[in-house]
Parts: sequence; C-alpha cells; structure tokens
Amino acid sequence: MKRSKLFGIALGCLMTVNLIGCGASSSSSSTGSDAASGDTIKIGIFEPKTGENGGGGAQEELAIEYANYVRPTVTVGGKEYKIQLDWQDNQSDKTVAVTAAQKLIADGVVGVVGGYGSGVCIAAGSYYSNAKIPAIGTSCTNANVTLGNDYYFRACYLDPFQGEVMANWAYSNGFTEVATIDNIGNEYTSGLVKTFTDSFTALGGTVVDSETFQTNESDFKAILTNIKNSGVKAVFAPTDYLYAPLLLNQAHDLGLDVQWIAGDTWYSNVLIQDAGDNANGVVADTFYSEGGNQEFDAGFKEWLNADASRKATNLDTDAIVGNHAVSYDAYMLLCDAIEAADSLEGPAIRDALAALDESEGYACGPYKFDANGDAIKDTSYICQITSGEWTYQSTETVQK
Amino acid sequence: MISYLLQQLLNGLSLGGAYALIAIGYTMVYGILRMINFAHGDEFMMAGYFMIFSLAVFPWYFAIPFVILCTIVLGVVIERIAYKPLRSAPRMSVMISAIGISYLLQNLANYLFTAMPQSYPQIDILKHVYTFGNISVSRVTIIAPVLTIVLTFLLIMLVNHTKLGMAMRACSKDQETARIMGIKVDNIITTTFVIGCGLAAVGSILYFTDRNTVQPYSGSLPGLKCFVAAVIGGIGNIQGAVIGGFIVGICQIVITAMGYSVFSDAFTFALLVLILIFRPSGLFGEKAVQKV
Repeated sequence: MKRSKLFGIALGCLMTVNLIGCGASSSSSSTGSDAASGDTIKIGIFEPKTGENGGGGAQEELAIEYANYVRPTVTVGGKEYKIQLDWQDNQSDKTVAVTAAQKLIADGVVGVVGGYGSGVCIAAGSYYSNAKIPAIGTSCTNANVTLGNDYYFRACYLDPFQGEVMANWAYSNGFTEVATIDNIGNEYTSGLVKTFTDSFTALGGTVVDSETFQTNESDFKAILTNIKNSGVKAVFAPTDYLYAPLLLNQAHDLGLDVQWIAGDTWYSNVLIQDAGDNANGVVADTFYSEGGNQEFDAGFKEWLNADASRKATNLDTDAIVGNHAVSYDAYMLLCDAIEAADSLEGPAIRDALAALDESEGYACGPYKFDANGDAIKDTSYICQITSGEWTYQSTETVQK
Repeated sequence: MISYLLQQLLNGLSLGGAYALIAIGYTMVYGILRMINFAHGDEFMMAGYFMIFSLAVFPWYFAIPFVILCTIVLGVVIERIAYKPLRSAPRMSVMISAIGISYLLQNLANYLFTAMPQSYPQIDILKHVYTFGNISVSRVTIIAPVLTIVLTFLLIMLVNHTKLGMAMRACSKDQETARIMGIKVDNIITTTFVIGCGLAAVGSILYFTDRNTVQPYSGSLPGLKCFVAAVIGGIGNIQGAVIGGFIVGICQIVITAMGYSVFSDAFTFALLVLILIFRPSGLFGEKAVQKV
C-alpha cells in the first residue's frame, strides 16, 4: 500500500516534469519561427514583476506600455511592423533571470528592453550577446551590465557616477563624517557604497562607520544602534527599495536622527506611503525629475489617468519618477535603432545603436552611447522629501 | 557604552520574544503530530497581511482579536485539508505536504497582494517611543519579551494543570492509546493548531510592528530561524522553544552589532548543526519536562 502510493507520487512528478518539458519545447519551436513573420515583431520586456524589485519593475513596465501605445509600429524596409511586447518576469532573481532571457531568445524577440536591478541584467547579459540580440537596460546602474558585452546598452547612468554625485552633495552640504550601509552580495548597493566612499574620502570627508547587512534582513536595529553610537550626522544607504522604510522606521524608534542619503532606488512615492513622517528629509538622486520634459509628462499623465488600473499600478498617483522616463527612452531607443538599421537582424540593430546620436523623441535625451554602450550622461537630479512629497532640490553635474 | 549595550540587549530581547512565540507553534505541532509544520512561518506572514486589512476597517482593540481569529481559522483549515487526510500516511508525506502549503501560501500572497512590500499599519498604542537618556525604545520592544513570558506561563499552566492539557500530553505520548482512553485525538490536534496559530498571530503583531512592512516572503526566513530555535530548545518542549527563541534572537543581534552581519544567518544554522550533532534532543530535550 505504502509502496504503491510512493510510486504514484514519483510517477506523478516524472509526468509533470515531462509535461513541462514538452510545453516549453513545443512553444519555443512554434513561436520562434513566427516572431518576425507576418506583420508583427516581438520586443522582449525583461523586468521583475515580483520579488524584491517588483515595485520598481511594475513602474517601468507601465512606462514601456505607454511607449508602445505612443509608438505601436516600426517601419523596416518600407514595411510597417506591429510591435508585440513579450513580457517575461525575471522575479528579481538571478536564476529566474536566465530562464526569462532564454524564453525571450526562444520566442525570437528582435530586441530586449529592461530591466530594473543590475544583478538580473548581468546574469542574463551573456545569453543576449550569444544570441546576438541587442538589449537596452533601463535602470540597471552597475558597470558590469554593459562592460565586455557588445549587445547590452543602457539608457541610465552608472553607479560610480551616482556614488560621486551623492558624495559631492553630502560634502558640499556640510557633512564631513558619514556612515554607510552596505547590502552584502548586492551589486548595486556595494557598487554605490564603494564609489561613494572613494569620492567622499578624496573630497576630504571620512566614512566613520561602515555597516553591512545580508539580503532579506529585516532587523536593522543592531547596525542602527552602532551608527547612533558613532555619532554621525548623515548616513549613505543606497539599498534596494525594500529596505528603505524598514531602515527609516527602525531608526526613528531608536531615536537616530540623521540625514539619510540614498541612490535612485529610494526615489519612489511608495517610500512616502510606507515610511510616513519618518521619510521626511531623505535625499536621493534620480534620472529624471518631473517637469524636465513637458510633452512626456503631459502625455504619460493623460495615459495613466485614462485607466484606473494603470494608476493603481502606479500606486494611485500620476507622479512621474526617473524609472518611467528611462524605460520610455529605452523602448524608443530600440525602435529608433531598428528603423535606423532598416533591419530586424540583431547585429545590424546593435551597430545602429552604437552609432546612434539622437536628441528628439526622448524623455531625458539627447542620447549617444560610449564605447561600452552606456548613455553618456553628466547630470543627475537631487530630490528630497519635504512634508510628504518629493521635491527637486538641485542638479549635480560631474565632469567626466 | 553602557547605554549602547543596553540598547542592543533590548533589541535582542524584543526580536527573541517574537521568535519564541513562533517557535512554540513548531514545537507543539511536532510534539503531537511528530511533523514539522513548514507552513507555520507563512501562516505568520499571512497574519501580517490580515492585520493590514483588518486595521483598515476596525479600531486596534477589535482588529487584534480579529487577526488572531483569522490566523487560527487559516491554520485549522490547512490542518484539515492538507494534513488530516494524510494522518495514516508515512510522516514524510505530511512533511512534504507542509512544504507544498508553505510555497502555496507564499505564491498566493504574491498573487493577491503583489510582491510590493505593504506598509504595516502603525498601532499607536504599541509605537509610543520612550526615551531614557541615550536609549530610546518603542513600547513594543518592551512588551514583546514580557508578553512572551506571560503567554508561555499560561500555556504551561494549561498543559500541566487542565484536563485538556492532560489529553494533549497523552496524545503526544501515544495517540493510539489516547484514543482507546476516549480522547478525541482529532480535536486535540485542532486545539494544538489553534494555540500555535494564535501565538504566531501575536508574534506577527510584535514582529511586524517593529519592521513596518510585510511582503510574501516575510515569513520564510523568520520561520526557519524559529524552527531552529525550537530544535535548539529540544523540539517538543515549550520552555525549550522559548529559550531557544531568545538565544537565536539575541545571538543574531550580537553578531550583527559586532559587524559580522554576513555570518548572522550562517551562525543560526551552524548552531542547528552543532546542536543536532552534540545534543540531538536539544538543550532541554533530555529532561523531558513534558512533551506536548
């Protein structure tokens, strides 16, 4: 009796595996061929819908959906192709990211847009370059996404730049001693902390206390108590968004009253919702500040407000953040490159991207890529939360 | 320096208190069913979501009992659907079923509430911040360990000095004989889940009030750590689980405070391995004060 049951379970498992296997292979063979056929081409969207960066990914997806609404077709060889978006959820997970990338490649996408978070992009990068499919990163700011990868481009700026910008801001606003909080194993956070520390020390400041925590940690009281004990007036914590409200609220409970400085991930309206009054004073930089491009702002807001579910995904506001702008731009850049190449072949689109020098039609353009495939940018917008709202504070420019 | 140490000690005690309450759930279910309820950590996570929704509708003094009730219903329903039909199956099947429920709850939460961390409502009565010189603590930090000890005391009273407790002890010793003696074993098992889930709900209020956000995977790591706490204390032993909870909580804070946050989780699990090698029945397992 027992044996037969076990055997049944084992058989069930085997069958499931087989079924999944069949499903995947049959779908890839059928869709692989027709991706560029007919009048439709596929563009892969590589974003985290779930996992620790699910929130940011959802915002970027909205902007890409809007960009697709603005520009539903591309013209190649005198023929108009309808663009079909192929959404793959990388779940903010490096392993799933590879599966998602393989699915996109199997689906025969012409190019890829995304994503939010550097780790998943680095994990998927080599798959795109081996398949000769050009990808444009939206808000993945780690240098290694594009470094040594001919097919990965990027619409936003890099971590070293952000670390430098925030170090400049901190030093010029009178903070000479700061503490840093690093998330071990997170490329984004560690990259920013390192460049911040280097730049801040070069400017003459001191990093008095460098604290670390592990991914998925939710108790920061120990490190916050250490920071309180060190007596600094400012803390640089460029963590993933997930940790931001936890840090702020726990700091409040411990009576730690400091200037919080973070990277672009904290620049989100969710933070104001999640941390309430404790979020006041937080400083973060962003790719784009609302008001930078009137036409984009107006169009996107109208589109957002047209459908309650879109606005709900954007956390019930029509406020525009940097991730919206760079994602919109990434989609437009890919379309422009396809048209400039006048081809649906990966290598031709890649060359067109490398040669691209456009100023019109973007939210935060003009765009031109350097030898690594990174958009050449020298400006970042510093914003601060004052009385429950993100307000523009200053524009920092770093000479390259 | 003293205030710094005191502050860290308070941090550790409040974390340990929440861990202890969850660990009791693991230990009680193990005591009676000889199975590890891997879904317990996720029931704790669901309790967090229940609080978000109930506090949006009710005032706190009504919301808290309501959340405890919802969590109990969830736990009992899980037991009825996923564990009860497997009562005569090999123990491994129930364990696998529990792992399945754990993933089911995580993905269900992911689907229903999205992966976005949801902000946990602030219960003003728990959030009041006291400041003594250099130390500041929120009320929940003080309440957590005290409430844990009070609840544990009540639970031990229940187990040792009531008829129900006697029936539970009988079930944990030998279910077949207990049944022959006229004890309704299924009812006792349900009671065990009621108590375990109720405590998990209280633990979740203490834990999330301090952390402010709930997301679908909030329960998995604390769940594992509380399981370790239960093993350290000697699984099946209530006082042991509570002491194990405090040990795990305080160790985590101490290690992080010393700057070795990289090893804080590793330490917890290394402790598990060491305990299993050198004292497989846990720190308090041998005495076997009671097996519930």
